Amino acid sequence: MKRLSNLFALLLLWTSGTFAGECSLRGTGDLGVVIERASGSVQIIETSGNTAIARVTGLGDLSHASVVYSRDERYAYVFGRDGGLSKIDLLCARLVKRIIQSGNSIGGAISQDGSLVAVSNYTPGGVKVFDADSLELVADIPATWGNGRRSKVIGLVDAPGERFVFSLWDAGEIWIADMKDPKAPKITRFRQIGRNPYDALITPDGRYYIAGLFGEDGMALLDLWHPERGVRRILDHYGRGEKKLPVYKMPHLEGWTVAGGRAFVPAVGLHAVLVIDLATWQEVGRIPVYGQPVFVEARPDGREVWVNFAFPNNEKVQVIDTESLKVVDTLEPGKGVLHMEFEPRGEEVWISVRDRDRVQVYDTASHRLVRELPAQKPSGIFMTWRAHETGL
Amino acid sequence: MWRRTFLLAASLALAGLALARDAEVPDSARQVELRNMLLQDCGSCHGLTLKGGLGPALRPENLAGKPREFLFETIRLGRPGTAMPPWGPILKDAEIAWLVDQLVSGKALQEAQR
Ligand code: HEC
Repeated sequence: MKRLSNLFALLLLWTSGTFAGECSLRGTGDLGVVIERASGSVQIIETSGNTAIARVTGLGDLSHASVVYSRDERYAYVFGRDGGLSKIDLLCARLVKRIIQSGNSIGGAISQDGSLVAVSNYTPGGVKVFDADSLELVADIPATWGNGRRSKVIGLVDAPGERFVFSLWDAGEIWIADMKDPKAPKITRFRQIGRNPYDALITPDGRYYIAGLFGEDGMALLDLWHPERGVRRILDHYGRGEKKLPVYKMPHLEGWTVAGGRAFVPAVGLHAVLVIDLATWQEVGRIPVYGQPVFVEARPDGREVWVNFAFPNNEKVQVIDTESLKVVDTLEPGKGVLHMEFEPRGEEVWISVRDRDRVQVYDTASHRLVRELPAQKPSGIFMTWRAHETGL
Repeated sequence: MWRRTFLLAASLALAGLALARDAEVPDSARQVELRNMLLQDCGSCHGLTLKGGLGPALRPENLAGKPREFLFETIRLGRPGTAMPPWGPILKDAEIAWLVDQLVSGKALQEAQR
């Protein structure tokens, strides 16, 4: 009887999801969150035993949600599509604070010193900067261009020197916001960088900011060591002469997929991954793949690159060998593969399979499925190692 | 200019025909797939709750007053020069007409808010 009531108490604890306000004494270096986009919740997961620890609910519309971490890796900041910014305590599995900061937002970044969290917004277009502790508004940067219109903002990243860098989809501009005086950001504008930048990344050393262009071929490159030299076009006309396919999902540029002095980026409107030589910024290869790439992610050791694809080819994942530049494996996790996240040293990778309501874990040496966890329409997977990576 | 207007008129007329011809409705299994696609895949640009994103909001109040043929053609052909892709290569006319129905009637929105 006693045993039974104990069991019952345990069950209560479990179903309340958050261990009823109790916080666990543990490290957070092996933790992460999985976005459950339909139910507006996240699952906190751990990668040592590959288990789900808890679920935190009430986070609003999480389509296209992304996450950054506090430098102590205890707090996750979740950026929702509905303009929500939520701060989650991983140790206590609890929503600390949630604000609605705009009508429609797309992503965010945390500053070099960890004191500021910035959000990029579609409507009204611009960037808002918040105190990472309190989520109080510190600065508002409207993305105003021609005739007072406001542009949607994408590709927001942090950069060394307490700066944020971002791109304006409608205006075709890149802006640097220097936040050394947080209440009075100093803006540097680069105009006419190309039509419709759709996303951007910064190299891990924080030197190069690169925006992908949707409205034309090529990418826009800004050297943050030498902003005075302006923005340069690279990979110009990579699609020349080829028939572009309709794009059913915008590719993502996340992290810098580099191996052996070469970088790997998705081609827009082509079934190809482009290979860039980092010494010359020239295209040196083009790898035919199964669909239009969405995420192109290097295993942390750089030996392999894993790729997922846009609708209607989103049921597969391909693995590219970075030496031979060939596809060496094709996996079929199921419809709606939305994201892939490597564990800190890359021996396993987590893959979200939206339409099967599953998250899968693969061994990256054998490419075998080692674990499946239930999740409600999972999309992004974000692990705490991101806390110490510039641009993530 | 004239030519473009003519082409537009012609394609609208054709669309009208297509709408009429494909009075048949996707079966219920297909409807489930289409509904999921509308929220998830269209939603990746128009928002999971159709409130807009890279593409504009698609709630009934946003579409009010826009001819059905116009919406039908927008989905079928996309809008060249913008991020709106053509769905004609993937969806049948009857399926597109059904999607327009779902959007305009507010059924898609109801589904999104469930
Ligand atoms: C890759 C992004 C993207 C996807 C995916 C997408 N759209 Fe669009 N859509 C747009 C953009 C951008 C526009 C606005 C085009 C313009 O500027 O005229 C648009 C416009 C529209 C319009 C016209 C709205 C109006 O008020 O005139 C309709 C209707 C529409 N989309 C329906 C759909 C449907 C249905 C789907 C899924 C089958 C879909 N879209 C998928 C980007 C997208």
